[in-house]
Amino acid sequence: MTDWLGPAEWTALWLSLKVAFWATLLSLPFGFAAAYALARGNFFGRQALNVLVHLPLVMPPVVTGYLLLLGFGRSGPLGELFENLFGVIFAFRWTGAALAAAIMGFPLMVRAIRLSLEAIDTGIEEAAATLGSSKWKVLRTITLPLAWPGILAGAILGFAKGMGEFGATITFVSNIPGQTQTLALSIDTLLEIPGGEPLALRLAFVSIAIAACALIVSEVLAQRVIKRRAL
Amino acid sequence: MLKVSVAKSFEGFSLDAAFEAPAGVTAIFGPSGSGKTSIIRAVAGLLDCDRAEISLDGYVLSALPPHKRNMGYVFQDARLFPHMTVLKNLRYGGTHDEEAVIAVLGLGALLERYPASLSGGEKQRVALGRALMSAPKVLLLDEPLSALDGPRKTEVLPYLEALRDQTSIPILYVSHDMGEVARMASRIVVIDQGKVALSGEVQDVLADPAAVPFVGLGAAGAVLTGRVVGLADDGLTKIETGAGALWVPGAVGRTGSHARVRIPAQDVILSRSAPKDMSALNVLSAKITALEHGKGPGVAVALQAGDARLLARITKRSCETMKLKDGDQVFAILKATAIAPSDIS
Repeated sequence: MTDWLGPAEWTALWLSLKVAFWATLLSLPFGFAAAYALARGNFFGRQALNVLVHLPLVMPPVVTGYLLLLGFGRSGPLGELFENLFGVIFAFRWTGAALAAAIMGFPLMVRAIRLSLEAIDTGIEEAAATLGSSKWKVLRTITLPLAWPGILAGAILGFAKGMGEFGATITFVSNIPGQTQTLALSIDTLLEIPGGEPLALRLAFVSIAIAACALIVSEVLAQRVIKRRAL
Repeated sequence: MLKVSVAKSFEGFSLDAAFEAPAGVTAIFGPSGSGKTSIIRAVAGLLDCDRAEISLDGYVLSALPPHKRNMGYVFQDARLFPHMTVLKNLRYGGTHDEEAVIAVLGLGALLERYPASLSGGEKQRVALGRALMSAPKVLLLDEPLSALDGPRKTEVLPYLEALRDQTSIPILYVSHDMGEVARMASRIVVIDQGKVALSGEVQDVLADPAAVPFVGLGAAGAVLTGRVVGLADDGLTKIETGAGALWVPGAVGRTGSHARVRIPAQDVILSRSAPKDMSALNVLSAKITALEHGKGPGVAVALQAGDARLLARITKRSCETMKLKDGDQVFAILKATAIAPSDIS
């Protein structure tokens, strides 16, 4: 089994899972906050936020990667800030790959969560308020549980995007085996070396399998939520 | 005593209403779009107003956010939480009087079900129970029956009446159905285009000919209160009212129990002389206290019968032929079958 993929490919697979996992987990609270603000907020600059969130979806990934390099590189203002405050370095590390994955997956995640929030009847939240629930308690007991299938879908989409991210990642943190060489980057590398194609094909299968599993898991969980409600 | 004074400008419509509601049911009555729902949303704190002064027994509530006002709100569309069982819905705002509420509203068999599987009437009963279990100081009912069809209405109405008779808090009951208002409420606030047109005791307002344009021609009619004397063999029930004895169709309540009967103004016939050889069973002697000429062919006639007040709607032509005027003695004739069962409670 271990012969099926070479050690470098196993490393790339693990790295991809790690990058996508952390990217999804850490961007989820921000994704929910952005989706909530866009779905419910009525504030100045709402449209600007909407554009900002969706930019990574429409900009060339290489531009996103370049901007990340400028902002979060070792001499970039945000890069220095994070290094001084948390001791986190993004440049040419797997953490940078995770940041790139999070940014690129963010629009997809926000969109899914926003749709599920917009589907909730705000009258139900009003009813909860008249029953003595503060805004925070309404969010915790009504909004979050009802938006849960959408949050899950958003997380899965973000994860899948993180697994496959290429352009922004290679621009921002380059293609360093063991450090920033994720699945997608690894396939790209294999395609450029003579005789690498069979291995690239196997990696392609692996990424398809992971994507399919993620979709099935999210579908099953969402169905379970729907069934319980219909009983 | 709940005191309400609210104002808000909408586009092409302005709301400016002030009224008081003591313990018991106060109906907020008016046509669709008159601002009734906006008023109770303002009372609950769900509507931002230009002016909102709301106090309960001298304690100012208007500065508080909705979740601190301690008001039970039953919405037209129930608004149950779809992801919770009936029991969890009920307990969401508190567990005050849990057993009694579940028993009175007949919810025992529904507790483990989810809202999606409930009928409209069941949903509305759960919504009512949920509001009650939060131990509200004021109850706001926004057309709780309007989303239900006839049979479902008759299913929920007795629960509302039981509730009215058992609680001692102010209840605001929004409705555009005069039959419901006459059954449920002791006081009424008539809203017309965002303003309070009339307010007072239901009996007084409904017997006032000036109320006819606001209440609507079909809905106008006084409410008589009395006691059930007994059920006759032929299926009619006798009710002793302040205006005299009244025969109504069907079995109504137990002997000695309290009864309210709404007499639609358009079903009352007036006669100068005591009628003989006539099928109508109810003939009440009355004195005309006011005549109100409407814009159309009708005249609203206010009557004093014994210590009760009645309202009749007749044509201008009849009024002129009979030369009716203030202070005249007449007989008010009423077909027993014109009194709908839904108008008796």
